[in-house]
Amino acid sequence: MAMTKIDEDVLSKLGPKKQFIMGNEACVLGSILAGCRFYAGYPITPSTEIMEGMGRLLPRIGGMFIQMEDEIASLAAVIGASLGGLRSMTATSGPGFSLMQENIGYACMTETPCVIVDVMRGGPSTGQPTEPSQGDVMQARWGTHGDHEIIAVCPNSCQETLDMSIEAFNLADKYRVPVIILLDAEIAHMRERVEIPESINITGRQMASIDAESYMPFRTGYTRSTKVPEMDHFGRAYTTYHTGLTHDWSGLPTTCDVETHENLLKRLKEKITDNMADISRCETFHLEDGRSVVVSYGVTSRSALSAVTTLHNQGIRVGYLRLKTLWPFPFDIVSETAKNADRLVVAEMNMGQLFHSVREAAGGKCKVELLPKVGGAIHTPNEIMEGLR
Amino acid sequence: MKHTPQKLIKLKYFRKETLPHMFCAGCGLGSIMSYAARAIDNLGLDMKGVVLVSGIGCSSRIPSYFIANAVHTTHGRALPFATGIKLSNPGLKVIVFTGDGDLVSIGGNHFLHAIRRNIDMTVIVSNNYSYGMTGGQLAPTTPKGSKSATSVYGSIEHPIDISRTAKVLGAPYVARWTTAHPLQAIDAMEKAFEKSGFSLVEMLSAGPTCYGRNNNMADPVALMKWYREKCLLYDDMEGKKSIAEHLKEMENEMVIGEFANRQRESFYDEYIRVKNEMGD
Repeated sequence: MAMTKIDEDVLSKLGPKKQFIMGNEACVLGSILAGCRFYAGYPITPSTEIMEGMGRLLPRIGGMFIQMEDEIASLAAVIGASLGGLRSMTATSGPGFSLMQENIGYACMTETPCVIVDVMRGGPSTGQPTEPSQGDVMQARWGTHGDHEIIAVCPNSCQETLDMSIEAFNLADKYRVPVIILLDAEIAHMRERVEIPESINITGRQMASIDAESYMPFRTGYTRSTKVPEMDHFGRAYTTYHTGLTHDWSGLPTTCDVETHENLLKRLKEKITDNMADISRCETFHLEDGRSVVVSYGVTSRSALSAVTTLHNQGIRVGYLRLKTLWPFPFDIVSETAKNADRLVVAEMNMGQLFHSVREAAGGKCKVELLPKVGGAIHTPNEIMEGLR
Repeated sequence: MKHTPQKLIKLKYFRKETLPHMFCAGCGLGSIMSYAARAIDNLGLDMKGVVLVSGIGCSSRIPSYFIANAVHTTHGRALPFATGIKLSNPGLKVIVFTGDGDLVSIGGNHFLHAIRRNIDMTVIVSNNYSYGMTGGQLAPTTPKGSKSATSVYGSIEHPIDISRTAKVLGAPYVARWTTAHPLQAIDAMEKAFEKSGFSLVEMLSAGPTCYGRNNNMADPVALMKWYREKCLLYDDMEGKKSIAEHLKEMENEMVIGEFANRQRESFYDEYIRVKNEMGD
């Protein structure tokens, strides 16, 4: 991966190198740095500052910004712009994320890279608009109908929100898949010191270069060994047909053929699951001697780390596993952790969502307990210490 | 007017691997597809710079027959997809093929806002007063009293007038013709493609299978005659009737013609103006 120097003109529009800003603002900076040049969205608490920030910056750096009539239209425009050739994103929260689900499936099926930020708030329905929750974890995985794979990441600080925003665009382009940033409302509205990096990694799209006559938009493996097809943008040498219907290599609908559908679904899955090592990120402390390991993600991990550090210093054998990538579920990482522990304690701000995947990965190798928290408050370190005792 | 033989139009613009098309015998969609190809040919548009966008429904399958860049999107969402494509790559010519259910029922909100914003695109909507792909159910355009699979005793709803709605929302170009008016339709499509901003060509195209057979017009010829008898030219009657009379006339007659042809600054024009005024 090549380090890319950031354009001076863009940098000058982003403000000081070190800033004391909200997670939402850090997401804006990261996305702009990643080269995002199209934003379409619809305001919704607690994500609105992302839209406001993009609306201020994009017109000044040659990007395009549009406020759409709803979240369905927002993601539709984002997918359209991505096919038009721009790195594109939208941001929303629970109710809007629900509205986006059909088009998330469309992006999966047409393999259109895009980034969707879901700043999670308490649900179901309108729920607790200003309070944090991790209630959308399963929706991010299975919200749209049909078998599919998706990538979802979950940062736990404002700096990491900036960094992961950049990574989200890289992953989306590399694997031609929607990438969801599950941001906690607590991080979104919390201010922390954030530093704009000197240079960043950019993994752009692998564009088709084959002659137009031989080009098959959804054929893979004939120019390089990967299950991700090379991309076309509108206005280039090819004529590409995109459809949410089952399609063969040509991209044209083939809706009643068992083999075509099976091959397509298999490839859409394997292009992600064959690359778990590249996609999965986690953070660990004291796993080597931890008999009880707290598994957490997002803002919850900050309380978890505090709890584990305190107990560890008291000589209690506890460990810490933070999942930065939630989907595809880092099965092997959790499975390995379970093998070396007596107990996994899953701390999450919901009634038990990722818990089920953790239990599956643990596969009976150790006990798995849920430490849920709902109501709009994050776990305190004390609550996690209680859970670990 | 130059006249390329139909066979050459077919060879030049349509994919041999997807033809023959899937439309029912007597359906107007084949004609609409052919009129659009002819309008494109008459203007000499370079298909490499054209993107066809559609939603879901029979009409939305039209782009799959064209040798063109195309996006067959989700139901009702063709216009926001088209908005993203156009704004990300303003040099592209964006043409939407859609149907009445796709455009003004499930996609009604997007219809309103794409026109209000005046996004530069041409929408060719086939209005067959019904949902054709699912077998002929009630649509927001179904004339009052018409029978369909979900209004077996006759529709009790007031239909929406697509072209008049587009006109009051400020669309720079709006025309409505029927599949029994090929020359006028091709001319309208040419004007629409050349128009800066949002342009709409509504094609009345009731099919015998999904609409006609439920309404005593199972024969395509009967439908063509119906159009010829019931259609009133816009220029002949506009301004001469009250709104009440217009609504009454919608139940009995169909008004066709050019409803609007005017200038209005597009979203993109305004975006660039504001950007330039910032001066940094």
